[in-house]
This record gives sequence, C-alpha cells and structure tokens, in this order.
Amino acid sequence: MTQKAVIAEKKGEKTTKSGANFLIDALKKQNVEVVFGYPGGAVLPIYDALYDSGVFHVLTRHEQGSIHAAEGYARITGKPGVVIATSGPGATNIVTGLADAMIDSIPLVVFTGQVATSVIGSDAFQEADVLGITTPITKHNYQVRKPGDLPRIVKEAFYIASSGRPGPVLIDIPKDVAILQAEAEEDPEMDLPGYQPTLQPNYLQIRKLIEAVSGAKKPVILAGAGVLHARASEELKKYAEQQGIPVVHTLLGIGGFPADHSLFVGMGGMHGVYAANMALYECDLLINVGARFDDRLTGNLAAFAPQATVAHIDIDPAEIGKNVPTKIPVVGDAKEALAQLIAQNGKLPEASEWVQKITEWKEKFPLFYEGDSSELKPQKVIELLHKKTNGDAIVVTDVGQHQMWAAQYYTFNKPHAWVTSGGLGTMGFCVPAAIGAQLAEPDATVAAVVGDAGFQMTNQELAVIAELNLPIKIIIVNNHSLGMVRQWQELFYQERYSHSLLQNQPSFVKLADAYGIKAYKVTTIEEAEERMSEALTTDGPILLDIHVAPGENVYPMIAPGKGHHEMEGVKK
Amino acid sequence: MVNNRPGVLNRITNLFSKRNYNIESITVGHSEQEGISRITVVVQVDDEKVIEQMTKQLNKQIDVLKVMDISNQSIVSRELALIKVLATSQNRSEIYALIEPFRASAIDVSKDSLTVQITGESGKIEAFIELLKPYGIKELARTGTTAFPRGTQRTNSNKSLSIV
Ligand SMILES: Cc1ncc(C[n+]2csc(CCOP(=O)(O)OP(=O)(O)O)c2C)c(N)n1
Ligand SMILES: [Mg+2]
Repeated sequence: MTQKAVIAEKKGEKTTKSGANFLIDALKKQNVEVVFGYPGGAVLPIYDALYDSGVFHVLTRHEQGSIHAAEGYARITGKPGVVIATSGPGATNIVTGLADAMIDSIPLVVFTGQVATSVIGSDAFQEADVLGITTPITKHNYQVRKPGDLPRIVKEAFYIASSGRPGPVLIDIPKDVAILQAEAEEDPEMDLPGYQPTLQPNYLQIRKLIEAVSGAKKPVILAGAGVLHARASEELKKYAEQQGIPVVHTLLGIGGFPADHSLFVGMGGMHGVYAANMALYECDLLINVGARFDDRLTGNLAAFAPQATVAHIDIDPAEIGKNVPTKIPVVGDAKEALAQLIAQNGKLPEASEWVQKITEWKEKFPLFYEGDSSELKPQKVIELLHKKTNGDAIVVTDVGQHQMWAAQYYTFNKPHAWVTSGGLGTMGFCVPAAIGAQLAEPDATVAAVVGDAGFQMTNQELAVIAELNLPIKIIIVNNHSLGMVRQWQELFYQERYSHSLLQNQPSFVKLADAYGIKAYKVTTIEEAEERMSEALTTDGPILLDIHVAPGENVYPMIAPGKGHHEMEGVKK
Repeated sequence: MVNNRPGVLNRITNLFSKRNYNIESITVGHSEQEGISRITVVVQVDDEKVIEQMTKQLNKQIDVLKVMDISNQSIVSRELALIKVLATSQNRSEIYALIEPFRASAIDVSKDSLTVQITGESGKIEAFIELLKPYGIKELARTGTTAFPRGTQRTNSNKSLSIV
C-alpha cells in the first residue's frame, strides 16, 4: 500500500476517483479473492478499472455460470461470492442464480451495469428494470446514484449479504456513475438503522427448551443449513452428545453432523431414510436447528410430527411458525444458541429406549437397491465414488435423481463439503458451482456429480475448467433421461414419458475432448472402478460419462401429499 | 416507518404479492422525521398468524425501520374521499342536507353535478357513499386509510382490519 493510500485510510479523510475505481478498491478492502463475471457495454468502465487492478477475475462463458460459480464458492467458504454482469441480458441471465441463492440463504454480492442515468426509463439499448426484476429474489438491492456512495454501498452490501440470515445483495450501477469522478471517504460508516439481526438468543427461551428436553422421552434434533451457515457443527455434536439426542438432517444440512456418529439418524424428507422420517413422525420433542420446514422435508403438514412439541432455533424470526406451529421459538444464531445450551448442561432426557428404537430402525430398514454385478446401477456409482475418495471429497451436484442418490449414498463426516441447489432445484447448477468450490479449496478433491440432462444446461463452463486447469472430477450419471421427471411420470402419470427420454445425446467424451479435457465413457462396474482410480490420480480435470442402468428410481419415497409414516420402497 | 429511498415502496408491495397477501389500501407520505416515510397498509385477514408472518417479513426488509400491527390498539385513522354526484336543481338541497351531518363539504359545483369531500374513518365514508348512491355517483376517489396509535391507549377497539 502506498503512503498516500495509508493516509487516506484515516477516518474522515476523502479521496477522489471514479465510481469504477471506488468499486474495485472496495472489493479489495473486503479481501475478495475471486470475482466471476462477464463484460458488456454498461460495465466497460468497471472492466477497465479491473484490467490492471490485480483482482482475480474468472470469465465464465455465460452469466448463469458466473453466479452459480459464486454460489459454489460461497457455499464452501461462507464468504460472499462476487459477480459482475452487464446491463439488460447480462443482468437477466443471473436471475436464476439470485433466486437460487435467495432460497438457500447464500451470501452473494452481485454488480450489474445499468444504462446511463440520463436515459434510464427510455427503453435504452440493453436497459432492463433490474431493481424491479430482482427485488423479490434479493435480500436487498441498490441502484447507485452517485459515485461517491459506492464505498458505503459496497461495505453495506457485504455486511448484509453475510450477516444474519445470509442472502444475495445486488448493486445496479449506471454507466455514468462508474465513469464519473467523485470525492468520498474510503471507509465510511454504514447507514443501516433498520437492520439489526438478532444473534443472541433470549435466555428465557433457552431455559424453556432445556426444560422441554429434560421431560422428553423421544427427542430428536433436526439439523438444517443454519447449522452450517453458523459454522456450528462442533457445537451441534457436543450438544447432541451431552444430551444423548439423535440427529436427523435436511438435504442442505448434510455434513452438519457426522454420518459415522452413533446418534446420526440420516436425512429426512421425500427421499430420506426410513429411520429419520419415523423419528420425525414419532418424536415427542422436535428441536429444529436452522431448518425452514420445507415441504420436501415435512411431507403432508397435517401428518407432520403429530405428537411433538416443536422447538425452533432460527436466526430469521419469520421462519419460526411459518409452516409448523412452534411452542418454543428461539431467535438467534445457531452457534450461540447451541453454545448456551451446552453451557447450561440441562437435565438429561430419559431417551435410551428411543435411541435404541431408532438404532433398530436404522439396522432393519437401511437404504437398498436391487442389482448384481452385471449392471452398473447409479447408486453403485456413488458408492464407488465414496470408496475411492474415502468419503473425503467435496461433492457438488446438479438436480434430479443423481442428486438424491448422492445425498443418500455419499455419507459425510465433515461439514462444508456438500454443495447442492436445494430450495430452487436449479438444473445447470453443478458444473459452474464446482468451479467455485474448487477455487474456494484448491487442494480439495471436488467431484461434480451431474445428470446427463442438467450437464447440458451449463456445459460451456468446461472452457473455464480447462483454462484454469481445475482438477474437478466430473461424473455424469448418464441414464439417458430427465430421470427425476421420468420417475414421476412412471409413478404418477401412467408411464406416459412425455419429453423426458433423451434419445439423441452428443458424445460427452468428444465434447470434453473438444475443450481439452480428458474423458472416458464407462459402462461396467469394473470400468467405473478403474476410471475413478485414474481420475483421482490425475492432476487436471477429467470427465467420466458413466452409463448407468436406465429406469432406476429413487427410493424410499414419500409420495406427494403423504406423511412420514407412509414411505414407499422401504424394504425389499 | 421506512427509509425514504428508491425502491422501498416497490419492495413492500412486492412482498405482499410474493407472499400472496391482498392489500385493501396503502398510503404513503412523509413522517415527522426527515427522510422517513410512514406507510399505512390495510389488509383483510382471517388468521392472526398471517398478520404475524406479514409483520415479520416486513421487518426483514433492510429499509423498514419499524412495523406495528395496530389492529387491536386504539388508533386515530382517517381516509379522504372525493365524490362527484349527479345533482339537479331539484335535489341539490337534499344532497346538501346529507353533507352537513357527515361534516363533509362541497368543493366543486357544476350545472349537473356536485363534488363532495369527506374525511373520516372508512366506515363513515362507506355509509356516506351508500347515501349518495341513489343520486348517481359519477366519479369516486378514495385515498385509503392512514393511521397511528392514539396518544393514550385504551384497549379493545377490536377490528378486522390490520394496519402495518
Ligand atoms: C432449470 C430446471 N428445469 C427443469 C427442472 C425440472 N427437473 C427436475 S429434475 C429434472 C431431470 C434432470 O435430469 P438429469 O439432469 O439427467 O438428472 P437425473 O434426474 O436423470 O439424474 C428436471 C427436468 C429443474 N429442476 N430445473
Ligand atoms: Mg439423467
């Protein structure tokens, strides 16, 4: 840092520069490691400032790729992912990613270019009402009116995105605002009088929860994504162990509690395990830590945890009581709340019979699939991946059957290694998100588990993987279909496979080859073993197009409208 | 109470439609503090839980400073309506006779019509409109209710409307 810059850091001191330079310097101040983006007319001034700024920028090949990559980065690090897109089509191309980040509470700071202030509202070239479009899918959004406001707005955006319940924040920057020079403080005060997230839980509510636990016979913890956002998996483990309470997790809560633990029950919900869903159904005390009672988790609400007293720890008060009536609300950060619960060391519940019962369910009704060694089943692919990576990889998935199989068969003993699009269920998420995840942890093994259909939604990002030589292991679970759609048509639409079977696929091997990425087609268990071993000893990227038995369905399953006690496909 | 910043009103009305809540009326204007506006929203709900959700969702907005559900408080609430009613020389005085007890006022007169301004609680305005209907209402404009709690609180003026 130059002498001048150091002096300018002093409070109240002002510097003069262009909006674009204020922006770049504000990013540096936030220690941004990587920016994902795509240039265009309205952001040319910003890209010009970026040119020799030293900020690491990744040019994805589509703006949707930028924002999913930023999500992948944020999902691993917990730090906001940063995106730049141009006005109009650039901005509308990131809409899916914003909605995805909003519903899964992912911190992002997204910059969009906008037409010049003087022509806003005139349907100028590449003008779109980005604030209007993104209002319902951002935690907050801004349009910058004066270049001098940028340092404050960027600082606020990072704070809003990453504090409280995380979420995406968008900053729309008219072209003239990026160009114009202004005088401003580099490190101004934030001006957010209406934003004070509650972190510290109320002591009386904690006492109530402790009392409820002490009287419970069948307590269960439901661990959601909030545990991971709060970086509270250590506390969760300590608390569950201290009180002897079994733990069920949600799809986005994967990794929050170690799968090899005796109190681990497994994933609940539509494709969760029998023991987890029965534990939710029969419990007398349900302690929800940072889950939002999504419908894929609860099934039919009328049949949800019918005997349970519900306690809910959540940083977002609006989540408490939204879907499930809640007797004991605890508003606060999951890490704080769990730490207090541990410190209070409340009277233990008499739950040994209950824990025994759950253990029996686990033993009696484990996950299973039919098949011998003659056929390569998709579940087997995930099992092999688990075996070859010692369960130690970062697994990034797309959306569909392969996602559910990955959730079921790749068991995690550590947090922050599972990256999936849960709430929005965004196909096309996997390949770019894997790029973000690998950049977040360059030394980790990143496995991108993707369906043959979803892969084709964002496969242009192979260019980035090749360019940066990211050692991502792309596993296409190729069932020649929009598998999850095909499954629903089989089960609920009399096997009328309307537009869900992919007869005509490109050669994914040749496609990868065109990008300069090593690739193999795999059709047998032996080949799968061999190629996976090779993949894991290969330094660079590799793609395995694994042809699995088509027609396989994800089980067990709670059919739509059914309750947790009505699972199908539980036993052979 | 909200920060008077671009996009605030959009965020709030958007929230209502996103969450599938119906707005009966909404008024916005400056408050006693500079840069801060007061928004009054009237919604019809059957379920207390819905109001609770709305309040919580509104509170989450960064530019929302304070949300109050004042349905069950004693409040001062006013609405203004402009009503252009057909008036002939024969019935004009009859209409004036209605105006007076409602403390409304005639603010514009033409050959065949009369424009009346009335302020008050919504119930009063509705009653007045009913009385004018037989004469033929040509145009009607209502502002929607604006309100805040009374200086001294007496509880239990139970209403079905909720004002955030
Ligand atoms: C963008 C988008 N469009 C449509 C869907 C609906 N959808 C959910 S799963 C699925 C099929 C996915 O097929 P594939 O990627 O091959 O994965 P599979 O289910 O076969 O494992 C579809 C179309 C979606 N989730 N996202
Ligand atoms: Mg498929």
